[in-house]
Amino acid sequence: MKQEWPLWEVFIRGQHGLSHRHVGSLHATDATHAIQNARDVYTRRKEGVSIWVVPAADITASSPDDKGSLYDPADDKVYRHPTFFDIPDDVGAM
Amino acid sequence: MSVPGLIRMGDNTLVLGQRVSEWCGHAPALEEDIALANTALDLIGQTQLWLGLAAEREGKGRTADTLAYHRDAWDFRNLLLVEQPNQDFGVTMMRQFLFDSWHLEALTTLAEHDDTEISAIAQKSVKEVTYHRERSSDTVIALGEGTEESHARMQAALDRLWPYVGEMFSTDGDDLTDMAALRPAFDTYLETVLTEATLVRPHSDFAHMGGKTGARHTEHLGHMLATMQVLPRSYPDATW
Repeated sequence: MKQEWPLWEVFIRGQHGLSHRHVGSLHATDATHAIQNARDVYTRRKEGVSIWVVPAADITASSPDDKGSLYDPADDKVYRHPTFFDIPDDVGAM
Repeated sequence: MSVPGLIRMGDNTLVLGQRVSEWCGHAPALEEDIALANTALDLIGQTQLWLGLAAEREGKGRTADTLAYHRDAWDFRNLLLVEQPNQDFGVTMMRQFLFDSWHLEALTTLAEHDDTEISAIAQKSVKEVTYHRERSSDTVIALGEGTEESHARMQAALDRLWPYVGEMFSTDGDDLTDMAALRPAFDTYLETVLTEATLVRPHSDFAHMGGKTGARHTEHLGHMLATMQVLPRSYPDATW
């Protein structure tokens, strides 16, 4: 039997209207326990109004080795930024 | 005259808060360590309210700090359960579960108290203690139905602490409410959790008494107070 509790990634929503943000990780035996631990470890100073926990093992991550092929091609494609258009004032904040 | 009843409430949270804080830096997992420290701090915070009100109503110029740090064991009015040593994590969590289960019933009743200052303290505390009970119940269940060893330790913890349950429901005129009336709700909740935890409720109803009346504390309280009180007693003018 594995001695360590499984690892969970914790996401907290700071206030209504904002999205959940990754704040860190912790160990817990199951999802309920992970929520309780997240409450105790990450919301002691009123940091949040909502908690998500995700088993770290279920997260698929991109490989650092693929950095070149994944991200470098975007380097010289400045036209993808919408900075070449005049935005009418009436539109307001974009 | 509510002072003796307020002191009972405050001494319970003070002594248990100090006991639980002894785990700080020693708990079996970092997450549990922080959770225990949070619980201890909640209890100490509640102590400031209960003993603060007691001192104010007593009108002898004492404060919550005077009551906490400048009384001796025989002046304390906490339940014998909360002064019991931490022992292993199983005993600590079983003690917490038994206390939380009583505490939540007591606070829920006191939240409706006619005395608005008492009801205000209870209403604030009930939110914290709802979480305490949820956490300690889940731990008792997880360890009770866990491995052979964790099950055996939790049953041993329950057997060891059971003689201290009865005192929580003994009552007299000093109490802020009729504590005996809380027993049925406590029993119902206990049964639910113990069943899920596959633990057996001991048959004996023998109960050690004397903590809340101050008649006779266990030998553990004095040792605990010595550690807790040494600094303010050695350096009475010390401030943060």
